[in-house]
Amino acid sequence: MTHLLSIADLNRADIEQLHQLTDTFVEVSRRSIPKVPALRGKNVVWLFYEDSTRTRLSFEQAAKRLSADTMTFSVSSSSVKKGESLRDTVLTIEAMGVDAIVVRHGSAGVPWQIARWLEDRVHIINAGDGWHEHPTQALLDSYTIRSERGSLEGMHIGIVGDVKHSRVARSDVLAYTALGAQVTLVAPPTLLPPSLAGWPVTVSHDLDAVLPSLDVVGILRMQQERMTENLVPSLREYTSLYGLTLRRVDTMRDDALIMHPGPVNRGVEISAEVADLPRSKIVDQVRNGVATRMAVLYLLLGQGVDKILDPGVPEEAPDGEHSDVSVTDSESSVGVTG
Amino acid sequence: MGTIVIKGGRVIDATGERPADVVIGEDGLIAAVGSDLPGDTVLDAAGCVVSPGLVDLHSHLRQPGQEEAETIETGARAAALGGYTCILAMPNTIPAIDHAGIVREVLELGRAAPCDVRTSGAITVGRGGEQLAPLGEMAALGVRFFTDDGAGVADTRLMRRAMEYASGLPTGVILAQHCEDPVLAAGGHMHEGEWSARLGIPGQPSEAEELMVMRDLALARLTGTRVHFQHLSTAGSIAMVQAAKASGLPVTCEATTHHFTLTHAECAGYDPVFKVNPPLRTEADVAAVRAGLTTGVIDCIATDHAPHTQEAKEAAFDAAPPGMLGLETALALALTELDLPIAAVLALLSWQPARILGVDHIHGLPVAPGNPGHLTVIDPTATWIVDPDAFASRSRNTPYAGRTLTGKVRHTLLCGEPVVINGEAQR
Repeated sequence: MTHLLSIADLNRADIEQLHQLTDTFVEVSRRSIPKVPALRGKNVVWLFYEDSTRTRLSFEQAAKRLSADTMTFSVSSSSVKKGESLRDTVLTIEAMGVDAIVVRHGSAGVPWQIARWLEDRVHIINAGDGWHEHPTQALLDSYTIRSERGSLEGMHIGIVGDVKHSRVARSDVLAYTALGAQVTLVAPPTLLPPSLAGWPVTVSHDLDAVLPSLDVVGILRMQQERMTENLVPSLREYTSLYGLTLRRVDTMRDDALIMHPGPVNRGVEISAEVADLPRSKIVDQVRNGVATRMAVLYLLLGQGVDKILDPGVPEEAPDGEHSDVSVTDSESSVGVTG
Repeated sequence: MGTIVIKGGRVIDATGERPADVVIGEDGLIAAVGSDLPGDTVLDAAGCVVSPGLVDLHSHLRQPGQEEAETIETGARAAALGGYTCILAMPNTIPAIDHAGIVREVLELGRAAPCDVRTSGAITVGRGGEQLAPLGEMAALGVRFFTDDGAGVADTRLMRRAMEYASGLPTGVILAQHCEDPVLAAGGHMHEGEWSARLGIPGQPSEAEELMVMRDLALARLTGTRVHFQHLSTAGSIAMVQAAKASGLPVTCEATTHHFTLTHAECAGYDPVFKVNPPLRTEADVAAVRAGLTTGVIDCIATDHAPHTQEAKEAAFDAAPPGMLGLETALALALTELDLPIAAVLALLSWQPARILGVDHIHGLPVAPGNPGHLTVIDPTATWIVDPDAFASRSRNTPYAGRTLTGKVRHTLLCGEPVVINGEAQR
């Protein structure tokens, strides 16, 4: 794998392999010194054309725990419009000598364009492109469900809210269905994509009807501006029809999970009490996000996934260093789940 | 200078087809058509078709204002290489071609060009959609075609007034519309549908085009005025025009080469070279455009040649400007892709658009003695690979790079002057 652009590029085995790697890095994260030298000497750049504190910090934490060097190229969209072209920016960054670019952009497709311009010389990780995809979010969401339930096979997962504008929803649908789950999108018609042709999902406009059959409900963030676009009459009406309230949670199965990619608008798409319930996995998602991004960075930049998942394989140390092995090398055992 | 003879070709024009040599006199007019004719200079046309020169109703020449993307000279050279002897400049230059001064400038710049460059005029001042432009003043300079192309005239009352006013101009003019409801299409960067949903690119629905077609048909009925629909791209639009023509409304329409060769699936790689307005649509729409060209509902093929610099097209898909090149590939695409006899293709590219533009006393005329020597010699079996770097256009934004096409322009003659010989521009 050269890039992580879309969940659509991964098959079930790829996702499961990333989950196994994530297990390893969850274990690393629990150590007293949660840092390994696996990516020492590797340079990762954050190319963020859109504000994103959470995703950027999560990637930053992941890279640091792998001992990679990081740089940030942060631009507000207005200054980009006046200044150098996207392509020039990317070529400039490449010329500085980097191994991976983690890109977040408000326009769909930018990670593909960058990969094309750089002719695959640098690893590109999509950290969210417009309404399109957010693959690491889907990997951490599916990982979180897997950690709780062992597998997604046969599960019924609901994704509730603004699917139309949601890169999280697009990636989640691909990941969940690849892992054998059945997905129902729940939203008013105005917040659904204009066409769902080819999407392996069912659709409902009635949250109350869907909730009792769900194993997991994924709540999407509802943005204030959707109201000014007349996509919904008011946030109040949205909350009354699609908000996850305690009353609604009571109709769910006892073991059903609640997820939200954050940031949470308490009282809008999810009530404050619901967000804090034990079955709400919002904080676990954030925690698993770091390990997931470690797994992605390691898979793309590390020296071989075989060694880390199967420590029995004899090590080769081409440059005399045991850098990538150090994950398996450390005194604590490697928590490989198979 | 002497006479020129185009030897060994098969003449195809609106009157039919026949093998014949064509002699052009020193006055630039066709002197004789027949077998075994002599001439001072011989242009080989063995195995070729000799046609009236092609006419494009839709060229963005970018001058004045965006000369880094195209100039009238480079656009005209691209046109000549594509077999065109007459092209119509669109008015969305910077500033817009919306009054006599700019019309004069554009016509002046076109005078030395290797193609007969005509210009359209804007319907509204600055293409702003608010105030009627001085149509009469521009018509007096020879402008016969008005459009706010790049945008439609959204204000229904203003469009009604424009149609009524235009019908009173002594020279006879035609109003043309870029059909796009700006509110419904707002923010859309590709066709709204399966692919826009999957790619997460905001789309514009077919209905944004169809609503304005519907409205303008109503206005044509109300005012009794001719209207020409530019670059129709949806099955619904074409069906409406078909019904309107059947009911006797004086409407005409054009389709572009990209709307019968490419679909919205091309946007999957997020390459802005496939971004165009109206956007690439569905397979069904492509089929409808092809059918419309076959049945005659669509009167002509236009290029919507829209040059953009490499830098402009190296932006994010939603930030890049819409448009693709067309002049140097349109004929070959039509010959390669359309299941039509070559005479029908030439009708769509030459004499039918000439009639719409009102230049049919000069262009698209039968290849007969006394008519101007505006001719295109086409090798219908030559295959070639589209190489953007070989284009005469200043820009490179073709979606067909690398594609093998059949049918190539061998010679183009403007007023009897060979401006293209053996596929090479002469000036």
